[in-house]
Amino acid sequence: MLKFLAMGGYARYVWPCYALTALVVGLNIHWARASLRAAQAEARRRLASLKGLS
Amino acid sequence: MAWVWFHRFGSPPHFYRLAGKLVPWFGWPAALLCLGGLIGGLLLAPPDYQQGDGFRIIYVHAPAAWLSLLVYVVMASSAAVGLIWRMTVAHAVAASCAVIGASFTALALATGMLWGRPMWGTYWEWDPRLTSELLLLFLYLGYMGLRSAMDDVGRADRASAVLAIVGVVNVPIIHYSVIWWNSLHQAPSVMKFGRPTMPAAMLVPLLLMLAGFSAYFLALLLVRARGELLRRERQARWMAEALLATTPRPPTPPSSTPTATGQVKPC
Repeated sequence: MLKFLAMGGYARYVWPCYALTALVVGLNIHWARASLRAAQAEARRRLASLKGLS
Repeated sequence: MAWVWFHRFGSPPHFYRLAGKLVPWFGWPAALLCLGGLIGGLLLAPPDYQQGDGFRIIYVHAPAAWLSLLVYVVMASSAAVGLIWRMTVAHAVAASCAVIGASFTALALATGMLWGRPMWGTYWEWDPRLTSELLLLFLYLGYMGLRSAMDDVGRADRASAVLAIVGVVNVPIIHYSVIWWNSLHQAPSVMKFGRPTMPAAMLVPLLLMLAGFSAYFLALLLVRARGELLRRERQARWMAEALLATTPRPPTPPSSTPTATGQVKPC
């Protein structure tokens, strides 16, 4: 296990790469969901104002 | 007749519904492919004869770099379709690409730097491959900046589409930079004519990661494109239907009206 984590002496280059990738992958999922939710909330507001006008 | 699918795909309500249904069909395979790729790349693949275990960076660096180019090509081609056929869906897809592409370009640069330090002895060199990839990041950032500088979505769509299309010339430059010029960066070992120059135990996990990242991108793109479509929509009817379909309990549903269809008229 320690041998695996040591990555043949390259641990301080290999693991930061994987950590950064995990971060970017996770952030993109969060951003995509947040962007859709924001658009839905905004559309709901617009609909409500249209209802108010009709 | 052959164009029916094109027009159907281009209809915002149809795309919105279809995209919502397709997200898990790309998301879950993406997770499984990446899991397989990680197990194969980190545990099963043998160490490289020159780089030892340091080569395992390839399993995140190459997919990130691949996405940086794939996302740009998708962005530029859908921007072109949007510009030529005035298709809202195509513009929505193009606008959805920018953040994804920019973040994976930055990731490709960062992981490349972390790989370059032990193998080349330097984090950064003004090398053709590295410089053209950095230019790609600036193209994405310029595209995003241009969009955010315009309040009108339609104008932002058209102006940023031109930038995206002009910038596509950088994509072949990035890909062929390692062949055309003397570069520190190695030549392609997978995306080339002929057989890949890697043993199967190293190659298969890489292919799994590349496929997984591509499916992941499509899932992200569909989620984002749905939001972008809603932002561009002025027709109240399908918007009300779409919102009712996505949220089981909308905040202010009029209890006496069974559905919103026909209730709301666009002004």
